[in-house]
Amino acid sequence: MASSVLSLASATPSASLSSHEINKGKLNLGNAGLLFNKEKTNPFIKTKSCVRISMVVASNVSRFEGITMAPPDPILGVSEAFKADNHELKLNLGVGAYRTEELQPYVLNVVKKADKLILERGENREYLPIEGLAAFNKVTAELLFGADNPVIKQQRVATVQGLSGTGSLRLAAALIERYFSGAKVLISSPTWGNHKNIFNDARVPWSEYRYYDPKTVGLDFEGMIADIKAAPEGSFILLHGCAHNPTGIDPTSEQWGIIADVIQEKNHIPFFDIAYQGFASGSLDADAASVRMFVARGMEVIAAQSYSKNLGLYAERIGAINVVCSSPDAAARVKSQLKRIARPMYSNPPVHGARIVASVVGDPAIFKEWNAEMEMMAGRIKNVRQKLFDSLSSKDKSGKDWSFVLKQIGMFSFTGLNKAQCDNMTNKWHVYMTKDGRISLAGLSLAKCEYLADAIIDSYHNVS
Amino acid sequence: MATEFTSSSSSPTDRRLSALVRHLATSSPMMESQTTVTFSPTSGFHGDSVFSHVVRAPEDPILGVTVAYNKDPSPVKLNLGVGAYRTEEGKPLVLNVVRKAEQMLVNDRSRVKEYLPIVGLADFNKLSAKLIFGADSPAIRENRVTTVQCLSGTGSLRVGAEFLARHYHQRIIYIPQPTWGNHPKIFTLAGLSVKTYRYYDPVTRGLNFQGLLEDLSSAPSGSIVLLHACAHNPTGVDPTLQQWEQIRRLMRSKALLPFFDSAYQGFASGSLDADAQSVRMFFADGGECFVAQSYAKNMGLYGERVGALSVVCKTADVASRVESQLKLVIRPMFSNPPIHGASIVAAILKDRNLYNEWTVELKAMADRIISMRHKLFDALRARGTPGDWSHIIKQIGMFTFTGLNSEQVAFMTKEYHIYMTSDGRISMAGLSSKTVPHLADAIHATVTRIS
Repeated sequence: MASSVLSLASATPSASLSSHEINKGKLNLGNAGLLFNKEKTNPFIKTKSCVRISMVVASNVSRFEGITMAPPDPILGVSEAFKADNHELKLNLGVGAYRTEELQPYVLNVVKKADKLILERGENREYLPIEGLAAFNKVTAELLFGADNPVIKQQRVATVQGLSGTGSLRLAAALIERYFSGAKVLISSPTWGNHKNIFNDARVPWSEYRYYDPKTVGLDFEGMIADIKAAPEGSFILLHGCAHNPTGIDPTSEQWGIIADVIQEKNHIPFFDIAYQGFASGSLDADAASVRMFVARGMEVIAAQSYSKNLGLYAERIGAINVVCSSPDAAARVKSQLKRIARPMYSNPPVHGARIVASVVGDPAIFKEWNAEMEMMAGRIKNVRQKLFDSLSSKDKSGKDWSFVLKQIGMFSFTGLNKAQCDNMTNKWHVYMTKDGRISLAGLSLAKCEYLADAIIDSYHNVS
Repeated sequence: MATEFTSSSSSPTDRRLSALVRHLATSSPMMESQTTVTFSPTSGFHGDSVFSHVVRAPEDPILGVTVAYNKDPSPVKLNLGVGAYRTEEGKPLVLNVVRKAEQMLVNDRSRVKEYLPIVGLADFNKLSAKLIFGADSPAIRENRVTTVQCLSGTGSLRVGAEFLARHYHQRIIYIPQPTWGNHPKIFTLAGLSVKTYRYYDPVTRGLNFQGLLEDLSSAPSGSIVLLHACAHNPTGVDPTLQQWEQIRRLMRSKALLPFFDSAYQGFASGSLDADAQSVRMFFADGGECFVAQSYAKNMGLYGERVGALSVVCKTADVASRVESQLKLVIRPMFSNPPIHGASIVAAILKDRNLYNEWTVELKAMADRIISMRHKLFDALRARGTPGDWSHIIKQIGMFTFTGLNSEQVAFMTKEYHIYMTSDGRISMAGLSSKTVPHLADAIHATVTRIS
């Protein structure tokens, strides 16, 4: 990387280099030369200092010239294409955020209340401790495990506020890399697209366990169990606590019990990703049943939480990583190491979202209101599923079983459509979805169910 | 790409591991087919924690000061540890413009909480670049600057460092000696290897400029160099503008890549432009650089975690490719940044009245700190405290490197309940007219009794 020294007195406003001067100094300015010639005024005129500045110009080639353009995020690309489409019947089912029946974003009433309360209280903006807002950490663990859970009373849970689900998963991944060197994480096939990125960047090896069965558009339970059994002892098994993303297919309670059995047998560590507690069924307790089952068996459990969906706090980035340990001493040590990971990443977490959660959960009246709003959101999605199912069943004369729409739960549904069929959905029907066949029911209104049913039936039967 | 952290192996763990190896040597054929050399420590004994081998981490040295301060029952204690601004009454300060901006945001019924783009709030990014680089710059007009919202200074440094570790040919970063305690870990964990350049001269309590130039001269071509844009933390010692120019020339001649940490723009001298001079000098010469900005101090938004990383590139095409790769660093770390603090900053920066009000409040904070410096200096002189204390008024920003050694610091804490980091750094922001005499007494007693 050649570099050259060029001295320029900052006197004249239009100091541009003549080609003679360039050749004389044996400089190859290339792009930088063009920049100089473009500038009619010497940039140094603007500086207030009266120091005579010499122009020492480094190489004209960017040090980052070799960097390639990264591919666009597959999910965001869907929304962008949707925006560009002018068709009046277009439908955006790529969005992973709740929409009202009018297909508008929704800020929960309890959140508006909390925002006002926080402003009125006028609290300071001091750095939170590395582990986050104490009041938030307390309520988040209670919400997930149940306030009366012995693990909380016995102080066996290490809870650290994290940057929503992603940030909390990342902290846990870093802990695994540091203290369980060589251990693998098993992720479902398919799973949320960002899971593998998180483990890759944290340098934690991962492999997949079978999950989705395209034949049944349901759970490949035998495959799942076999793959978990086959994993090296002491692997981390990433489980979606409820409302599996992207399939919407959850194990039954009985199946969860068997999964727990196998994990215990193999001394694996269950690692829950809970992004939809309360949002899936409408009940906070029901949606936490899987995690609580494992904890009740005395297992050590890692659980990442997010308040993006259930409190609609997407952009506030509020979540937590919880590690249930067999002793309070282990919990204290684990917490200290999670802090040690957070400090060189972002020092301490953002306060605002944590205050909102603490305000909502800490006030019984507001907490009750929150439960009602969650029931409303989950209820709307259930209604939409029902309407879609009804439309599909009545319009489709082939006898195909569309009941998976009702059996699946949460924001997303795996339709079973393949890529070509998804392309047809978009190109012919202006329905935007991810190419794996996933639709977001949060982006569907009752009014549009019939149209969507037509699109799905057409794509399923007429495209292969 | 070496990451350095202490291994957790200890003899109890070794014993457990050997026991487990023996136990499983005769187990299922599946185990034998594993090619892993070490046995996974996650397989615990029945009833034992899988986290048994996880040791307790020590308290963060800087934040640990406040932890210790809080535990002290003495009524005359003084916290000069963490760098957070305090009023004359010793209270944290929320700026009026911040409250105003928040009221505006709450009143705006069209506001939603939808995910920001991975790179953050667009307005905030544009305005942050303008703030640090200057209002009308060709580089910005030519789209050669990419700015991404990050989690305050720490987060901006980390994202920038991760990017460099992946995409830059030279993975060495030079940091000044001393520097903020968190710097080395940020860069190491990102995958860079850390070297130091001489900076502070304990004899003059000023800049070791010769040493700095020598060390940067001998750095391998292309090395990354961390520069504190102003108000060096922890020393408060900044190069003069002439010295900055020499540094710039040297760095450009050796193709050293500048990585600025700008945590105190406006907070150091009271002037946003003056405190950006060093950065703008590098920005103006057409070369490339990285800049991490924090709004923790200058907008008092500490806990909101607002900051930005800017990468100045040779061409718009490079800038856009760099941005796409920065997104790949951010997405698996936190997906997209928090909206609240950035919205406040954007509201203030884009509104002329709020912006002007902000500059007034900013200057008031900076002025109060400068006056504390003078008061402390005068108090020590009045007591005839041995030594030259002029560095207190020569240094700039929130911190003063007193020159006290760790033994003296321990004495200050034990006898006078004054809490500070063991390197002798005190936060002037934590002082008030009322508490200066106590501090002066403490320093006086310490230097006369311990050397």
